[in-house]
Amino acid sequence: MAKSITQEFVKGLWAEIPPFRLVLGLCPVLAVTKTVENGIGMGLATTFVLICSNILVSMLRSIIPTKIRIACFIIIIATFVTVVELLMQAFTYPLFLKLGIFIPLIVVNCIVLGRAEAFAFKNPVIPSTADGLGIGVGFTLSLAAIGLVREIIGTGALFGVSLFGADYQPFAFMVEAPGAFICLGLMLCIMNLVGNK
Amino acid sequence: MRDLINMVLVLTILSAFSGGILASVKQNTSEKIEFQQLKFEKAPAIKEILAGCSNDPMIDRFKLKDGEKEISFFVGKFDGRVKAIAFETYGKGFEGNIGLMVGVDIETRSLIGVGVTTHSETPGVGSKAKTDPKFAAQFKDLPVAEGFKVKPDGGVIDALSGATITSRGVCLAATDAVNIYNRLENKLKEKLKAYSK
Repeated sequence: MAKSITQEFVKGLWAEIPPFRLVLGLCPVLAVTKTVENGIGMGLATTFVLICSNILVSMLRSIIPTKIRIACFIIIIATFVTVVELLMQAFTYPLFLKLGIFIPLIVVNCIVLGRAEAFAFKNPVIPSTADGLGIGVGFTLSLAAIGLVREIIGTGALFGVSLFGADYQPFAFMVEAPGAFICLGLMLCIMNLVGNK
Repeated sequence: MRDLINMVLVLTILSAFSGGILASVKQNTSEKIEFQQLKFEKAPAIKEILAGCSNDPMIDRFKLKDGEKEISFFVGKFDGRVKAIAFETYGKGFEGNIGLMVGVDIETRSLIGVGVTTHSETPGVGSKAKTDPKFAAQFKDLPVAEGFKVKPDGGVIDALSGATITSRGVCLAATDAVNIYNRLENKLKEKLKAYSK
């Protein structure tokens, strides 16, 4: 059954939103979401890679031999990741310093490879673009949401601006790694509660 | 057989294509990236070391070759005279290289200050090399005649408590700086004439 382009886009926002529904790509989800800003930056970088790799994989899907498709996907993805890394160094250097190693690690992010294999390799260019955009935006929103909770509770600030005044004792646990797991788990739980009704 | 050739062909073309893209992006961003690194990593340390200079060391800079390596030198003018020069060296720390910006007074042949630029030392322990001004201040006014050592190794530098290896790394970098300065002193003075108008 062919879905419309809008449907391909929208499914990435709720039905298949990456960290919560597919529970994929958890490495950056847990590691970089200390602040909203980091989360959005990471999400946008991943979105760019996702869209570009989806388009290219979809365009080349009749040329790429099935036996070596994974190797081809990785070359395509790695190229775009390196492009993003260079662009971030050139234009948003402070953000690049904060995200550091997690930018090159987009190469092995299973969302990107997963979408290339499960969707772009079997579908035409336009639905693949919509799919990449939808999943990418969903990923960015998820990272921003986790970052929002962690930053507000963990540091008592948002975008570096203090919210509760000097009396607030930051719950620093939330910006540590275990806090990320607990935050992700609770949000998953809420989403399931809402989604199952 | 046809299959095999096809696979080799596709991978070769894809890799060549990807290499081409990366080379062009790298070439177009390398200048910008260098500028960003200057601005966000080196500039703060340089400003501190050459505090009170009458020119902008970010503009008055030049490169010299030391053997195979090319080093950027930043010129500091005081009272209209070229008096100091700053450049970056590296020493092996506890985890990876420590970048150290070293300022040398070319008239008295002594250090005017050092400042850590990049490092990956343990936060709160080794990272004090960058954040604790008392540690860096020990290098001030020491002559550029011989190397530097921490006290346990028979030198004059007080090591940071709990971070002897980091302190040693900083001493190594400073020693390297002295060696470089001594090697290149004549060439440097030649170059500096151009700035002392």
